[in-house]
Amino acid sequence: MLRYTVRRLIQLLGVVLVLSLLVFAWLRALPGGPASALLGDRGTDESRAALEKQLGLDQPIFIQYFKFLGRALTGDFGNSTGVQPGDSVVDIFVQRFPATLELSIFAIILAVVVGIPLGYVAAKRRGTWFDNLSVGGSLIGVAVPVFFLAFVLKEVLASKLGLPSVGRQDAIGATRVTGFFVLDGLITQEWDAAWNALKHLFLPAAALATIPFAVIFRITRAAVLDVMDEDYVRTAEAKGLTAPLVRRRHVLRNAMLPVVTTIGLQIGALLAGAVLTEKVFAFPGVGEALALGFERRDYPVLQMLIMVAAIVYVVVNLLVDLSYALIDPRIRTR
Amino acid sequence: MALLEVRDLTVEFHRKGEEPFTAVDRVSFDVEPGQTVGLVGESGCGKSVTSLAIMGLLPKRGAKVSGTVNFEGTDLLTLSDKQLRDKRGRDLGMVFQDPLSSLNPVIPIGLQVTEVLERHQGLSRKKAMVEAADLLDKVGIPDPTRRLSEYPHQLSGGMRQRALIAIALACKPRLLIADEPTTALDVTIQAQILALLKGLVQDLGTALVMITHDLGVVAGLCDEVNVLYGGRVVEKAQRHELFAEPRHPYTHGLLASIPRLDAPRGERLNPIRGSVADNIPWDHACAFAPRCPNALDLCREQTPVQEDLGGGRLLRCHNPVQPEVPQEVSA
Repeated sequence: MLRYTVRRLIQLLGVVLVLSLLVFAWLRALPGGPASALLGDRGTDESRAALEKQLGLDQPIFIQYFKFLGRALTGDFGNSTGVQPGDSVVDIFVQRFPATLELSIFAIILAVVVGIPLGYVAAKRRGTWFDNLSVGGSLIGVAVPVFFLAFVLKEVLASKLGLPSVGRQDAIGATRVTGFFVLDGLITQEWDAAWNALKHLFLPAAALATIPFAVIFRITRAAVLDVMDEDYVRTAEAKGLTAPLVRRRHVLRNAMLPVVTTIGLQIGALLAGAVLTEKVFAFPGVGEALALGFERRDYPVLQMLIMVAAIVYVVVNLLVDLSYALIDPRIRTR
Repeated sequence: MALLEVRDLTVEFHRKGEEPFTAVDRVSFDVEPGQTVGLVGESGCGKSVTSLAIMGLLPKRGAKVSGTVNFEGTDLLTLSDKQLRDKRGRDLGMVFQDPLSSLNPVIPIGLQVTEVLERHQGLSRKKAMVEAADLLDKVGIPDPTRRLSEYPHQLSGGMRQRALIAIALACKPRLLIADEPTTALDVTIQAQILALLKGLVQDLGTALVMITHDLGVVAGLCDEVNVLYGGRVVEKAQRHELFAEPRHPYTHGLLASIPRLDAPRGERLNPIRGSVADNIPWDHACAFAPRCPNALDLCREQTPVQEDLGGGRLLRCHNPVQPEVPQEVSA
């Protein structure tokens, strides 16, 4: 197990290295560049050239890349040119990542807490109106684009439910501990701050959770249907175990294998959804910074965020594989 | 009073857009305390459905069960789900055909044994584990304490079936139903498992309903045999009588189709012609008629009724096999 994990982490290192080169080249292949983006219409050829020289963009791309690598090894990923000009990219990341993480965790919890029980009940009542309705609903959940849903939630539901539709928290001078606003509020026992942050999370998280919810629901339903027909569930019934015990120990535990994979894949995909959702709800996370970074051709910010997204994706997949072994002993001993 | 009295047990499967299918058709039989009764027949004759119906394990939707299943005077078919769960595993145990798929792959063997003890005997996990090790030892699993923490895939097929038997007998039920318990096992292991079952039910005084297609199993184990065909009992007899003098052509065919070691080399096997798929409905005929060597025109026109031949012997046939050697009348 340990050897396996170490091998996967070494693989991760390779992935990161190759990806850094690709991202570096791709970004510079985009039309325009930081200089024209920053100077806009007023820029002259001279002023653009001067700015490019200042940013080191006049040098050959290989030199730029190796300089970037060298600095990255010391933990310096450069300074932002467009999103928060002059700020260290690492600072921007540290500042914004907790917001996205908080949003994503809340969204995935929402998707899991609603999706798994609903999937179980739908499987148990296969073919009833409840099943048909929730399967149909989940199809809509997958099909509706996130940006559209986000707009609907923001413009229609926010005022009706009295929920805030922009930002992370109203200015109420909350104490910062971890950067996770809800958690901060709980730790410092500033209950209204926690509640306020939670209210801000709700709509963007609902928008972000729709697709993962729909996918988790459908996979759970299919897995439970499969497992319910298994012989060992019949054995459990023959033992006279209570219905909740059969459900928990024999049906759900086995049905969770494919669901765990799905949850992992969905966490990886959340970041993509976060870009759109954060933009709509002006939620100050990395998704918003990513969108802004593209608009302003902020190479250092984009490099940092895309790399982190890739690392998160690979690490989540590793965790999924490891959690498999926790659930299924047949994999553990292999 | 018999321990188990099955009367006119009928199971119909209903599927949308299809004719209802009668898998079990007015099956009746008794099991006395401590007795071993065989339900014999080929695949699709309704023997497994009968056992699942007795246990209340048929799907609630799609399967319509009627008749009565009196167990110690209580009709199991009238019990609520909760009352049935109280009886299953405690008073009624069941062993299934495929020991690998019948054990939960992600739970250690120990918990799969202890959960039934915890449920019905109120034992703590710790006490149940001690008891479980004892049970595994009784069914002949070596090094039982270590096995408790192992998973089904770490056990051999025979060990798994032993574990399932330990689970089914953990609470010393009065009735054990074994549905083809040896079919998925190697021949050498089959004999061991049968010997084990026989010994255990004798020790515990547990009655056994043995479901099998294998007359060899019947010969070694059963006191009384019910031969099922097309969802109905076609012949019922004490073991010795059935083997010495099969009356129904189907029973006769089953016995004749067993390959014999003492038969001359090159002699052809004697299979029963056709398959269950050739069955005709019992409504106005004998379901076995299309495959029966003794079939008369009558067999295709009229349903044979069940006759009582005396001595607990029942037969449902218009043209039974006549005894080959006339029975000597004892003076």
